[in-house]
Amino acid sequence: MKKAQSLLIRFSQVALVLLGATFLVSILIRQLPGDVSLLINPVASEAERASLRHELGLDRNYFSAYWMWLSRMFQGDFGFFIFGGKVLPVLKTAIPPTLQLIFYTQIVALTVAVPLGVTSAYKQGTRFDRFTSTTLFSLSSIPNFGIGLILSLIIGVKIGILPPSGYKPISEGLIDHFRLMVLPVLTLAIAPISTYTRLLRAEMIGALREDYVLLALSKGLSDRRILLRHVLRPSCTTLMTSAALSMGGLIGGALVIEIIFVIPGMGTQLAKAIGMREFLAIQTYVAFIALFYITFNSIIDVLIGVVDPRTRSRRA
Amino acid sequence: MSEILKLSDFSVSFDTPRGDLHAVRGVDLSIAKGESIGIVGESGSGKTVLSRATMGLMPSTATCTGTVEFKGAVISNLSRAEVRKNWGTGMAMVFQDPMTSLNPVRRIGSQLMEALIVRLGMSKDQARARSVELLERVRIPDPYAAMKKYPGELSGGMRQRIVIAIAIACTPELLFADEPTTALDVTVQAQVLELLAELRQEFNMAMILVTHDLGVVAGQTDRVIVMYAGQIVEAASTTDLFRNMKMPYTEALMKSIPRMDQSSGQRLRVITGRLPDPTTPEPGCSFAPRCEYATDKCRTEKPPLVTTQTGHQYRCFFPIGGSL
Repeated sequence: MKKAQSLLIRFSQVALVLLGATFLVSILIRQLPGDVSLLINPVASEAERASLRHELGLDRNYFSAYWMWLSRMFQGDFGFFIFGGKVLPVLKTAIPPTLQLIFYTQIVALTVAVPLGVTSAYKQGTRFDRFTSTTLFSLSSIPNFGIGLILSLIIGVKIGILPPSGYKPISEGLIDHFRLMVLPVLTLAIAPISTYTRLLRAEMIGALREDYVLLALSKGLSDRRILLRHVLRPSCTTLMTSAALSMGGLIGGALVIEIIFVIPGMGTQLAKAIGMREFLAIQTYVAFIALFYITFNSIIDVLIGVVDPRTRSRRA
Repeated sequence: MSEILKLSDFSVSFDTPRGDLHAVRGVDLSIAKGESIGIVGESGSGKTVLSRATMGLMPSTATCTGTVEFKGAVISNLSRAEVRKNWGTGMAMVFQDPMTSLNPVRRIGSQLMEALIVRLGMSKDQARARSVELLERVRIPDPYAAMKKYPGELSGGMRQRIVIAIAIACTPELLFADEPTTALDVTVQAQVLELLAELRQEFNMAMILVTHDLGVVAGQTDRVIVMYAGQIVEAASTTDLFRNMKMPYTEALMKSIPRMDQSSGQRLRVITGRLPDPTTPEPGCSFAPRCEYATDKCRTEKPPLVTTQTGHQYRCFFPIGGSL
């Protein structure tokens, strides 16, 4: 009963955030300068332009226009491009590359950052620790499009061991798919690797001073076991929260990286749509990005509760 | 009776920005099998550092000199990995604050079973059965349910019992109890002390009870060591110490215990002043600045640790009741 209730609360929160985000975007898009109807058809008559405006909901107020978009979404109509074509098929091809990019980035970032963070905390103050933190600090201070361009140029063009840009879906061969993903994922992962490593290091150093570590030591457990079983777990809730929050940055980063590495994902499509004032499409894209962000955050929230029982009782 | 632990000229210092901090200075101490001794002193007197350093539970900033022998073998020069072999099975520790000494994100059961599995090589089922026994032994009601709980769901007294259960899980021969009742309610304190005494009998375990409370020591220990500024200032059998106190510091500690037979509203007795700065050694007796009997000799010369015929040790030029 209680579980069903909390699930219901969570779902209504998700719905509220989604509505809020899309509504705000629908208002913002309308603030863009320039009359869309003029942009599309500069030589159209007044009557033609009025009918186009009506079709796009431009003659309605904010709420009514938003409602038009929303009710169409619920009927499975994801909008259309003013320059022709439906949004849905584009969405279907654009979502997988972006999701893959972000998903791989998180996996790479976590698999690199967790051992690095744990080791730096354990070897706190040693040469290894200082080397790691300095390297990560300098790497993360380069903006990701800079890293992307450098990697693409050096590894992709000069050395040529990996393709400099492009995208292939998994269905066209797993190896090709991953070969193309290596550079963009690496580019995107550097910032979160640095954040996660530093966070986990600080968190673990704090936890290593706790009495329960001393108790675990006095049981005669090995350092390795204490680090992984006693210290990592209470420390990783911060890491998980950070991973959830970094999703926003990653989505934003992915949008830029997609353009550099010519990946036909949401970023490429969104940039195109913004340039063309395709605001029905923008609204739908934003809805999906928001949905993705919220879903990921909700999953992390639940996972944090599993990892740390203290947060569970607090939320109840 | 054979010795289980012997410290000779044992000192611990920390490398701090203000210079070397001498937390423990030249302690000689031996404990027989099954014996219970109390280490008494105020905060900062070095009692906790002494017990942790003896066990080897020290951060790398600490330097220990002198020797520690455990069951006849020198352990103070062993690597951490070697010393660790004694932890849990040879020596174990109960910590001061049960609110922080259990891992908040792991179930009681897994924290108990862990040592049994890792150190004693038990199977999961064996460890589970033994853990339930241990919880029953430390009088946790409904041990099966307690196994599945997280520390946050239990009271302080219960948690301290669980810490004790963890400490005795691998039947150590020497138990360090570092202020085991300080963080507990007065009503629970007696229960925990009683439990420790019972377990000590049952497992024939030697115990070092570290406390600032002479009252706790009185009923629980065979011998008492009073520490001040990292040194032993008085050591005697418990009955001898309370009957025939030599050291002004011990007397001052005694006097600062609030008494039930005094009328209420009276000022509590305190020992004025503070412990000396452990980074700058003083020329004379370290207690002299706070001692009501101190003379010029006390302030300029260091009193040696004197041992009487009865084995009573004290570090004072002018012991209470005369030097004998």
